[in-house]
Formats: sequence, structure tokens, C-alpha cells
Amino acid sequence: MAWENFTPLSASLGGALIGLAAALLWLANGRIAGISGIVGGMRAAAKGDRAWRVAFVIGMLAAPGLSALLTGSLPRVTIDASLPTLAIAGLLVGFGTRLGSGCTSGHGVCGLARLSRRSLAATLAFMTAGIATVFVVRHLAGV
Amino acid sequence: MARTLVAFLSGLLFGLGLVVSRMIDPAKVLAFLDLAGRWDASLAFVMAGAVLFAGGGFRLARGRAAPFLDDRFRSPECHAIDRPLVMGALLFGVGWGLAGFCPGPALTALSLGRIEPLVFVSAMLAGMAAHRGLDALAAARARRCCDASRRFEQASGG
Repeated sequence: MAWENFTPLSASLGGALIGLAAALLWLANGRIAGISGIVGGMRAAAKGDRAWRVAFVIGMLAAPGLSALLTGSLPRVTIDASLPTLAIAGLLVGFGTRLGSGCTSGHGVCGLARLSRRSLAATLAFMTAGIATVFVVRHLAGV
Repeated sequence: MARTLVAFLSGLLFGLGLVVSRMIDPAKVLAFLDLAGRWDASLAFVMAGAVLFAGGGFRLARGRAAPFLDDRFRSPECHAIDRPLVMGALLFGVGWGLAGFCPGPALTALSLGRIEPLVFVSAMLAGMAAHRGLDALAAARARRCCDASRRFEQASGG
């Protein structure tokens, strides 16, 4: 356990904001805040069903800017994966989340909050696959 | 219009949550998935906080016939734990473990103006489009799955 990187307070606060966002979208609009569903359903969406999806994504895109206004700096991120790896990973994430009807937000947050057994199964599956992949890449392949 | 505004606010809150919790940072996500390395448990707290607050919202909604701004709740119709669900989640998990990005953080990170999120999100949209290409197949599957779960619910009196 890397205690110096452990940030339970900001993690809980950020998690609460994510949960509030999901609660708001459900209570007001009756929609699940699942990012892969919101984005993946955009192209096939009927006319009246598209604007809210676009608005949600614009809101997400505005978040780092708003945070920079409040704190004075953009969030720092470290991306170690190469561009080809990112492309392969993106393909897998795009295809997999549509095939599996959800991602970290739809299954992992909304699904678990709704006590859905289907979402619990999906969450266990993608967590296990993620952990196994990191294990192989970092500890077996020695990258 | 009100629905669109609420969706914008929800997306903004969601994105802020990803920034504040630092889930927008792939290094942080990978450190959470790296149980055998220098494990960082922080993201478990993101999940817990999010599930708790979202759960409050779903609970509040339970007594209501419809959401405030629409005529009905659009809940997922399929309840079966089937092969597409598990296969899809496994593929997604492999991609997540390779990059440290899942869809929300990757989209939000687009505004940082770096090339990496752009490459990831472009590939993700291509992956989604590829799945849409198999849509007829998937739709037929979903119908079968939902028929099966409906039959199950009727049989079990649900």
C-alpha cells in the first residue's frame, strides 16, 4: 500500500459529486448517468433524445476549465501508455462497453446503487479484467 | 430545454467529481488496479461515495411515478446476466487496464488539450461504431435476453 499517494478525502468528495450528478439526472430526467450509453447512443438517438446527451458531454468537457478557474491550475495527469496502446485500449473500451451495456459509471455507480445483479456481475468482470491486465503488463511483461 | 440544462449540470458535476477525486488521472487509476504493486486504494472511496449518493437519489425516486422533467423513468430493461454482458465487461476491463482510462475520465481529459485523450477517445468512438455495425445481431440478442428475463419474472411472480 502506497500511503503517500492515498487520498481518501478528495476521493470521497469527488465520488459524492459523481453520485450527486447521477442522482440529479435520474430524479429530474429519469436517465441513467452511464457515460458509454450517453455517448454510444448519440448517433442512433431520435431527434428529441440527442440534445441532453450532447449537453451532458459539454458539461463534462467544461469541468477541467471550471476547476482551473477555482483552483488556479488544470488537473495534472500522467499518461504512461504509448499512443498505439491508447488506440488499442480505446477500441476495446468502446466495443466492450457497448457489448456489455455499460462502463464504470453505468454499471459501477448507477447499477450498484440500484442494487442490480446484472451490474454487479459486470463490475466484478471489468474490475477483475483490469486488475489482471495491470498485473500482466507491470509484473509479468516487465514493462 | 430544462432537461438539456439539467443534463449539462449533471455532466459538469460528474466531470468535477472526476477532477476532484483525481480519477481523471490514468496513473491514479492504474495504481488502484495494481494490487501487486504500490497499491493506492483511493478509488475505492470514489466508488463508495458515488454509489452512496447515487443510491440516495434512486431511493428518493422510488416513491415517484415519473421524474420531475419527463413522463417516465428509463430504466434498463434487461436483467439477465448473459454472455454479451460478461464478454463486453471483460474486454472493457482489459482496455481500462492498458490505458487507465474509462469513458468518463477520457472524455473529460479531452479539455486538457493533450494528444493522448484524443487518440483514446477517437479509438473508443471507432469501437462503439464497430459495435453499432453488429447492431442487428445485438438487438436480436437483447430481445431474446429480455424475453427470457420477462418470462423468468412472470414465472417467479415478479
